[in-house]
Amino acid sequence: MTHRGSRVLHVGSLSRVEGEGALHLRVHDGTVTEARLEIYEPPRFFEAFLRGRSYTEPPDITARVCGICPVAYQMSACAAIEDACGVTVDPVIRALRRLLYCGEWIESQALHIYLLHAPDFLGRASAIDLARTHRAEVERGLRLKKAGNSLMELLGGRAVHPVNVRLGGFHRVPTRQELRPLQEELKRALDDAWDTVRWVAGFDFPDARVEADLLALAEPDTYAIEGGTPTVLRADGTETAFPVRDFTAHVVETHVPHSTALHSRLDGRLHLTGSLARFAISGAHLSPVAREAAVAAGLGDPREGAVCRNPFRSILVRAVETLYAVDEALRIIGSYEPPEHPYVEVPPVAGVGHGATEAPRGVLYHRYELDADGLVADARMVPPTAQNQGAIEDDLRRITQSAIAEQDADDDELTHLCERAIRNHDPCISCSTHFLDLTVVRTAGDTAGGCDV
Amino acid sequence: MTPTLAVFKLASCDGCQLTLLDCEDELLALAGQVEISHFLEASSSVASGPYDLTLVEGSVTTAADAERVRAIRAASRHLVTIGACATAGGIQALRNFADVDAYRRVVYAHPEYIDTLATSTPVSAHVDVDFELRGCPIDRRQLIEVITAFLAGRKPDVPNHSVCFECKRRGTVCVTVAHGTPCLGPVTHAGCGALCPAYQRGCFGCFGPSGSVNLPALIPVLRRDGLDEDDVQRFLHTFNAAAFDEELSP
Repeated sequence: MTHRGSRVLHVGSLSRVEGEGALHLRVHDGTVTEARLEIYEPPRFFEAFLRGRSYTEPPDITARVCGICPVAYQMSACAAIEDACGVTVDPVIRALRRLLYCGEWIESQALHIYLLHAPDFLGRASAIDLARTHRAEVERGLRLKKAGNSLMELLGGRAVHPVNVRLGGFHRVPTRQELRPLQEELKRALDDAWDTVRWVAGFDFPDARVEADLLALAEPDTYAIEGGTPTVLRADGTETAFPVRDFTAHVVETHVPHSTALHSRLDGRLHLTGSLARFAISGAHLSPVAREAAVAAGLGDPREGAVCRNPFRSILVRAVETLYAVDEALRIIGSYEPPEHPYVEVPPVAGVGHGATEAPRGVLYHRYELDADGLVADARMVPPTAQNQGAIEDDLRRITQSAIAEQDADDDELTHLCERAIRNHDPCISCSTHFLDLTVVRTAGDTAGGCDV
Repeated sequence: MTPTLAVFKLASCDGCQLTLLDCEDELLALAGQVEISHFLEASSSVASGPYDLTLVEGSVTTAADAERVRAIRAASRHLVTIGACATAGGIQALRNFADVDAYRRVVYAHPEYIDTLATSTPVSAHVDVDFELRGCPIDRRQLIEVITAFLAGRKPDVPNHSVCFECKRRGTVCVTVAHGTPCLGPVTHAGCGALCPAYQRGCFGCFGPSGSVNLPALIPVLRRDGLDEDDVQRFLHTFNAAAFDEELSP
């Protein structure tokens, strides 16, 4: 079989991802010479207009960076500003924050598994299309997603941009009574999450391997969600960690010579954050039921150092994490005693604070500089998709290269494979907008702005 | 003929179109009533227009999007905007009151690569809009009502009164009267179900100004409740900055 010479593939509007992006692949003499994930979301300038806002505002404002993971923005903002002000919240408040975050993990992971990712494995265009043949499964996915949303609605007020989060805690905390009906819904969700693990474990997974370093937060005795120490697992198995305050000293944005897109490098190397990284770094701290699910799904025993580097199998890890989040939510509700005050006071202090939490898509870092009046002098956010962009492109290059070498895939097959490869990483393009690539070469057929009408 | 539905996105966070996917109980039933012809977040199957009902999320912030929204309008029988970005320019309309070049320099290492308009404007500033659904984010129940109404060929039943009405209906004690908490409820469009006061905080205006409000009359009350001039400015200049500004300077 001979190669087909040079060709250029372009997908104008990526579907089943959050936000808008495109991909560009250049093949020369049978070798993939360029794989580019283009993000053409218009910039929204959050870091600019946060300047001069009160230090109490970023939790509400930064939630609007992303409608899919607003809690992640609220939690990273609170962590960073409380760090600047030298305030630590009570364990009960911290547990409630983790509970709210579990709600976001459940709904966001269920959204990705059922509505964005599973259709790829079953050759369908959408979950609605999938429901024609797998009605019960799609209904289960929607029920699971709804359980996450119910949790966010009760604790946060609503599922998109919750209103109940504030510095130091919550505006109002629930009573034990109020949480009780959730327990029934979550018990059902535990079954649904288990069935999800079994379901996705039966999918066919192409071979692939992410070589990038893995970055996730780590805590001494729990699966890190709402805080922790940035920890790196390299492909050679070595592990290092650094304090959150040194985040931007390690995760550095650089220009690559052939592109104007900013790419993150972790100590000069490509890195991946998100489910695969968390499972590799924190897996040993999964609850017994989630560990059992990981083993049943064929991921191996995380207590014995199981690591999954196949991005197609990320759907398995997401399913295990969803089960964990449901289990963890039930645990927190089960031992919940309302605190005396819904929040601790956070008086403003001039200074700099750092915060990082585990958004469903990976580590989300915030940094705020406050002045003595409690106004934001400078704000910085490093979202997970922007960090992952380099690793996703590397992954695209690798996967397409082997598809060309092994089966001489035609353009349609390659395009489909590339879209799948991107969706494996659940990229949220809405939040990565300040990594905009505006050297987009528009080829014929890609109409202005990517509009297909 | 099954009516066709399209969903498009301009500058936004995705939250309003996600609200459609968050209709877990109604999604499959809805999918049986319409043909989803264009909804990139949900489906990789894309059909060209014309669309019977088009939902547009996000504001116009680039010349390309201004062009695009005209193409979307031309392909749509009914065009409904969803959310604060699409109906009022959203939080990114804060640039309308600032120097966008300074914004570019703050956020980007190479501001010269960044293509943006100096303003973030609602869809209605560019094309005719058949209905505007408010909210940052929109409310799920209101979204279902609007889609159902358009499918039935009737006017959506979305009230234009203020959040105060919803507080009364919900039986929530007024946070301003009882606690002196600054609250935009009296001038904010209903739709969220008076969420914030129920969580013991003041309304911060996610749904933008309601019909026939007297915003200037609220300012002294906000001042009485402890906000200085800058605080009042920031309070109004958030998720519906441009819309509240219009109310202040008619």
